[in-house]
Amino acid sequence: MVAQTQAQFTAALKKYYGFYTGGFIAFVLVLAVLEQLGLPPVWIGYTFLAATIALYAGIGIMSRTADVAEYYVAGRRVPAMFNGMATGADWMSAASFIGMAGTLYAAGYDGLAFVMGWTGGYVLVALFLAPYLRKFGQFTIPDFLGARYGGHLPRLIGVFAAILVSFVYVVAQIYGVGLITSRFLGLEFGLGVFVGLAGILVCSFLGGMRAVTWTQVAQYIILIIAYLIPVVWLSVKHTGNPIAQLAYGQALQAVAAKERELNDPATELGAREAEVRKIHKEKQAEWEAKLKALDAALAAGQGEAFYAAERAKVEEKLAKLQADPAADPKAVQEAEKALKDFPANVKKLREDWKKKMEAAKAKAGPVPAHAVAFPGKGAEAKLLKENPAATPEQIAAARAEDEKESDIKRRNFLALVFCLMVGTAALPHILMRYYTTPSVREARVSVAWSLFFIFLLYFTAPALAVLAKYEVYYNLVGSSFAQLPAWVANWAAVDATLMKIADLNKDGLVQLAEITIGSDLIVLATPEIAGLPYVVSGMVAAGGLAAALSTADGLLLTIANALSHDVYYKMIDPNAPTGRRVAVSKALLLVVALTAAYVASLKPGDILFLVGAAFSLAASAFFPALVLGVFWKRANQAGAVIGMLAGLGVCMYYMYTTYDFFGGSAANQWWDIKPIAAGIFGVPIGFLGVIIGSLITRAPAREIQELVDHVRYPSLAGDIDTRAA
Amino acid sequence: MQLTEQHREYWRKNLGLTAVLLAIWFVVTYVVSYFARELNEIVILGFPLAFYMGAQGALIVYVLIIWYYARRMNRLDQEYGVHEGEE
Repeated sequence: MVAQTQAQFTAALKKYYGFYTGGFIAFVLVLAVLEQLGLPPVWIGYTFLAATIALYAGIGIMSRTADVAEYYVAGRRVPAMFNGMATGADWMSAASFIGMAGTLYAAGYDGLAFVMGWTGGYVLVALFLAPYLRKFGQFTIPDFLGARYGGHLPRLIGVFAAILVSFVYVVAQIYGVGLITSRFLGLEFGLGVFVGLAGILVCSFLGGMRAVTWTQVAQYIILIIAYLIPVVWLSVKHTGNPIAQLAYGQALQAVAAKERELNDPATELGAREAEVRKIHKEKQAEWEAKLKALDAALAAGQGEAFYAAERAKVEEKLAKLQADPAADPKAVQEAEKALKDFPANVKKLREDWKKKMEAAKAKAGPVPAHAVAFPGKGAEAKLLKENPAATPEQIAAARAEDEKESDIKRRNFLALVFCLMVGTAALPHILMRYYTTPSVREARVSVAWSLFFIFLLYFTAPALAVLAKYEVYYNLVGSSFAQLPAWVANWAAVDATLMKIADLNKDGLVQLAEITIGSDLIVLATPEIAGLPYVVSGMVAAGGLAAALSTADGLLLTIANALSHDVYYKMIDPNAPTGRRVAVSKALLLVVALTAAYVASLKPGDILFLVGAAFSLAASAFFPALVLGVFWKRANQAGAVIGMLAGLGVCMYYMYTTYDFFGGSAANQWWDIKPIAAGIFGVPIGFLGVIIGSLITRAPAREIQELVDHVRYPSLAGDIDTRAA
Repeated sequence: MQLTEQHREYWRKNLGLTAVLLAIWFVVTYVVSYFARELNEIVILGFPLAFYMGAQGALIVYVLIIWYYARRMNRLDQEYGVHEGEE
């Protein structure tokens, strides 16, 4: 490329991406016209996914490179605003795009921990890390640990933690890609995973960070358009105001009024709800009895026999139906499915039953209020209902119980916000992005842009959740089963995990307790709820795919770079020629990607928990050593090693002893903190470890202290140079 | 490399700014959430206050904090002569 100033480069980028955005909008409009002319929805889905993946591949091929600085840090000339967009796409995963609004729909105020946690972390990135890492100016996060603390050990621990955290996260992304491709293209899940993988690899494999950066900018533009348009439409429909974020206050009040009505058995709607809740209550009792029998069998060492008997029952039912020529084919299908999905062993059977019991229990209770913070468990209300003549002592005891529950919820909320924030400021694939700006100055501005672009989506999600709830409470509840809204009927037919609706009390009308909504449904169904043409649904799918692909790319690059740069180049063969370094990195990228895709295709059950856990792990391992490395000159190698190991160790230990997936139990919890927020213990221990470890050993060498001064000042006379070539 | 008094002052100012902004971050995040039950009694334009802060208010404050920090520090670099040359 001809020598181009940074200003010219930025101007050119603005022009390209301006054209690109216009082109994308034109593309959507053309498809909309074709849809009106009769193009079937399946073709719209295919066109969208094929066109966007081809586009990413095109950018990837155009940005291919074998130059080390281009490959690892995009040549360090990504302007602040574009790096902000790339970081936004890098950051917002399939879970943010598709799952966030659904989580907020289900959890109300308590779900806001994710909204605050995943944005407020950028304050820590801006104040404590981004400008200093940019001045340091190498390639990876373990690079900083290695240079600041000296020796291979801190770097190696950094590599281990970076891979642990990023791998869990990338598996979840590839899983998300598989879900989207299988749902919208009708591919089999395993095949969908590998098709998505091809979409990921065309970018990162050929051009490393350079290709990933320019694709992520493109992906951000698609995902934000796809997210905002349906919400604007829905807002106009319900409130007459296109700015949903301002307008949903009214909807929220209407929702709260309806919640009160539904919980009041004296109203007509409330009475019907109570009827359905009674049915759920009976179901809950049924499952509890079954669980009790199972536990008794387990205690008597008869678990296997019990399991075999249960399985035989399901088999028998199917055989009976198959033998009966007059049987309803739908019932046969259901019985076949029940047998196919029957849990594989007695432990899984117990989990399955427990889940069903808890689902029934949740539906048997009153509707939780959306905006209320940390609700108690309703012990007082229950007591007064069951025993109107309760003594003041009984009431006080019930009230104390409610307060205790509420305080535990508040504690967990605050702890989770803390872990998500500190974790955000410690995820290597995000921090790495601030190596790519041209200067410290731009790095600072770039964090502001990053958060602004992320903010656009995150402050829309709570609005979408409330608007969707409004739709369900006012237009679905109380409507007749004979005339369900089209979107309900469509989704219930496609996927029962997303939308399930059944007339339990046989009154022909829909009650809230008769509806089950999966958390992914809200975003996916919004275009239909708002009455938009199918082309918008296709766009939303393309947006979700963009979110998953962009995050997966950033993560894969982080893992491959940790292995190729930190392990191979810095530790094994420091004399390796640059060509070989890039080649090794590409080969490792391929291996990691295939491994991750393989793991994702096994559909690991607890992937969502593991993603949440990644934040606590990253926070405990990296944050103390990185921040003290800049802000405390006395921190040394021994401190860093002890702090990182102790932080990570405590965090892993806590998860291991409290999370049931690992055989832990809630009884081991400290102050009732849930395992997902283990970082609340890991981070302080990490800080203590660095401080104590440093103080009991000698102060770091003079050169190290000079390195600290070097990163603190954007420019110093007679400065050392740590920039990597 | 020798740090001058001016360099030290730059760093002190940076630490001061960082501390103030971090305190604001702490208040809008943790203090507001801690008192969420009480703050939710106040309703503005249909939004209970703590709900609004968690869903939008805190986010807006975060963006402003980062924007202000970038602006202030980039000026401070110039004032103390530690800014980078134009590329």
